[in-house]
Amino acid sequence: MRTFVGIDLGSTTTKAVLMDENEQVLGRGITNSRSNYDTACKVVTQEAAIDARFTLFRREFGDEQGTEKQVEAFLGALERAFRLEQFLEQLDDLEQTCIEQVKGDRFAKAEHAVKDAIGEVFRRLREEAPELFAPGATRKSDFFRDIAGSRYLAIAEEVARDAELAYELLLNVYDKSIISVENRPPSGELSEKFRSALDRVTAEVAGTSEHLQEAVEKALAIELEETYLVGTGYGRVTLPFSKEHIRSEILCHGLGAHMMFPKTRTVLDIGGQDTKGIQVDPGGIVENFQMNDRCAAGCGRYLGYIADEMNMGLHELGPLAMKSSKPARINSTCTVFAGAELRDRLALGEKREDILAGLHRAIILRAMSIISRSGGIADEFTFTGGVAKNQAAVRELRKLVVENYGEVTINIDPDSIYTGALGGAEFARRAAEGRMEGLDA
Amino acid sequence: MKPTSSKSSPATDVIKDASMVKQKEMMAAHYERLSNAKDNDDKVASTFVPGNLNELLMCFDLVNNLPEVNAIQSGLRRVSGSYVMEAEKSGHSEDVCTYVKSDLGMMAKGNIGPNGRELPSPDVLMLSYTGCFTFMKWFELLREQYKCETIFLQTPYLADGKITSNMIQYMVKQFKEDVIPKLEKVSGVKFDIDRLREYLKKSAKAEDDLVYILQSGKSKPSPIDAYFGGIYYIGPIFGAFRGTDDAIDYYRFLREEVDQRLAAGLGPVTPDGPMGEEKYRLVVEGPPNYTNFRQFWKMFYDEGAVVVASSYTKVGGTYDFGFRHDPDRPLETLAEYCLGVYTNRSLPMRIDMLVNYMNEYEADGLLINSIKSCNSFSAGQLLMMREVEKRTGKPAAFVETDLVDPRYFSAANVKNRLESYFQMVDQKRTGPGRGVAA
Repeated sequence: MRTFVGIDLGSTTTKAVLMDENEQVLGRGITNSRSNYDTACKVVTQEAAIDARFTLFRREFGDEQGTEKQVEAFLGALERAFRLEQFLEQLDDLEQTCIEQVKGDRFAKAEHAVKDAIGEVFRRLREEAPELFAPGATRKSDFFRDIAGSRYLAIAEEVARDAELAYELLLNVYDKSIISVENRPPSGELSEKFRSALDRVTAEVAGTSEHLQEAVEKALAIELEETYLVGTGYGRVTLPFSKEHIRSEILCHGLGAHMMFPKTRTVLDIGGQDTKGIQVDPGGIVENFQMNDRCAAGCGRYLGYIADEMNMGLHELGPLAMKSSKPARINSTCTVFAGAELRDRLALGEKREDILAGLHRAIILRAMSIISRSGGIADEFTFTGGVAKNQAAVRELRKLVVENYGEVTINIDPDSIYTGALGGAEFARRAAEGRMEGLDA
Repeated sequence: MKPTSSKSSPATDVIKDASMVKQKEMMAAHYERLSNAKDNDDKVASTFVPGNLNELLMCFDLVNNLPEVNAIQSGLRRVSGSYVMEAEKSGHSEDVCTYVKSDLGMMAKGNIGPNGRELPSPDVLMLSYTGCFTFMKWFELLREQYKCETIFLQTPYLADGKITSNMIQYMVKQFKEDVIPKLEKVSGVKFDIDRLREYLKKSAKAEDDLVYILQSGKSKPSPIDAYFGGIYYIGPIFGAFRGTDDAIDYYRFLREEVDQRLAAGLGPVTPDGPMGEEKYRLVVEGPPNYTNFRQFWKMFYDEGAVVVASSYTKVGGTYDFGFRHDPDRPLETLAEYCLGVYTNRSLPMRIDMLVNYMNEYEADGLLINSIKSCNSFSAGQLLMMREVEKRTGKPAAFVETDLVDPRYFSAANVKNRLESYFQMVDQKRTGPGRGVAA
């Protein structure tokens, strides 16, 4: 099967979309950009390919009626088993890397003891791993670093105590190892991992029908050929893409928004370090755009700083701000001053929810200024980027849009974070099409 | 206005046209003349590029010193950043024009010119106000510093889009009653109108060639870059050389060089050598950035973008709609010259000019380089952009940099916008079916 890949290398996260020849999204992947776009790129491409397999499985099961529940339960189990396989593989890598770090003066007398302790930590980690991926289990994050890291630290403390070893020795090998493991591109055949996962599901879930297994095998047999790839986003220039594989994220966001909502004429994208106002024509072609200049005031990263300052998760900011009935009046959206602004307000006795509501409004006011410079808001209006998931930001945006432009349809796709990657994938599809027709330059 | 070097990447050799080398030599000679002024008993007039009265100043044997050009030189030599900060230290706010701050900072640090020698204090400040309010404030500061004679020629703003005979009379009256008597007094030289006519005749001759050169941008491919290259081209005539034989020689030489490229079907010469295939023809509005001049230019020529016409090459005189200095009407022609410079034109006039360029030069689009600290250019630019888009149907884009403050040049941001814009132009050409062709 011919597939087309769009990769959006953002400042915070890297996203990939895999598309088929009929402009249907097969799979999506996301990872942290970790200042290493090369790895991030490989990871998301693989994540999108994994997601695509599940789409293909669903397509295989698609014709059957009345079995949706069974199929979903099976696919859910398969995905958990697959993630577990992946996790275990990375654990092996991490253990190997940690062992290699045990050398030099520091470990002179305790080399064996430390190696044994590491072995014990990883034995326990592997032992408890299935629980982490059990049905209904909640994980703080889906990134290996976060899951493995917090558990390693907890277990290593116990093991060190029991073995009468200095905890920091175990900490030290972990710190030295995690970055290289995280930055190592994923290895191994995906279909092999799927088969191992399938074996695990068959063994654990009694009565898994052969029929389902056959369907999975059939879907796995479909070869996903990467026909054309387009990269976009801030990291695009650092990758070994040739020029014809690079598109500006402004064009990608414009086209991506058009694909999600074909009547889109204005796009607002609030990303990690920039805010873009984009006007598109009925075909999704960019007509004009404005973005913030070198100052990233009021962008996604601003909310990140605020969350850190308040010791909250990024996703908790919106819900708290929604509780406000009297938003504070805040004019500054300077990311650097965000902390000072916040502490100042708290010291004055203002409520956290009111301050947060004011901050959300300030961000949206700045975005409105950028949009107005790009030509204002035309119907329909599509809001994309990470901040589009924040309900308090969306609430302020709706208010300000009505105040300034009247009733306008506002579109927000739950997968809006993939808008740039989606546009990239469609550019890839079109480029390949053009090449087939012998039309490319 | 007139770079004598572009040292954005000192490690590599910069390739220059023969005319650029010649221009550099002329500029260097002028700076030497300024540095030697006191020893040679030359009197010095400080004045601005827009509406500079070089022919008139020469009638009084005054040497022309242009603070804006000094700031540009500081930007190109990468010292403006420290000058700007020096000026901020003495109380000038962050938002003030960075030409002003670079100039004041340079003065505070010993007033050393690009040749490494001290620039002379002016004997007279000659301000022909042409639409930039900051110029007035700048000279107020200089007057305070130098306590010398200050002449303020008031040029009426072309708010209604045309030059009237009243405006000309008003300016001629100022020349006769204020400007000339004061210049006589400062210089000790009696005004000779025939001498002025001679200079004006020479100006017109060089202006003919300048217009020919700038209009060569209509050819495909364009043999010149009318923005980055254009800045070299306008140097002599917008500065201390208008009205001299040197300027005549330079523009004749440059014209021959351009003719050779035209005949050979070649594009402009960039600092990295001859320009590759011409993919995008642009009209650019607004001054350039000088602190990252070569890096900025590279973002264009690497993508095959050539600037075929620009408004900035009209700040020291607009010649392409027919105006030439006229020796038969010496004072009137100086008035018309001042009235016509780009910064003295109303927004509708600027829009008309840009639309004219878009059509006449068959450009693919308009690009605005909006200068953070220059209100006389930036005010109204978004409106201008929309109007030009509407009238021509061609895509426009907006980037933001600064004149000589290096802190306001964000390369990644500018490059991102430029690349997006070029791809947008591509998309417009190929239509929705295909998007950007590979």
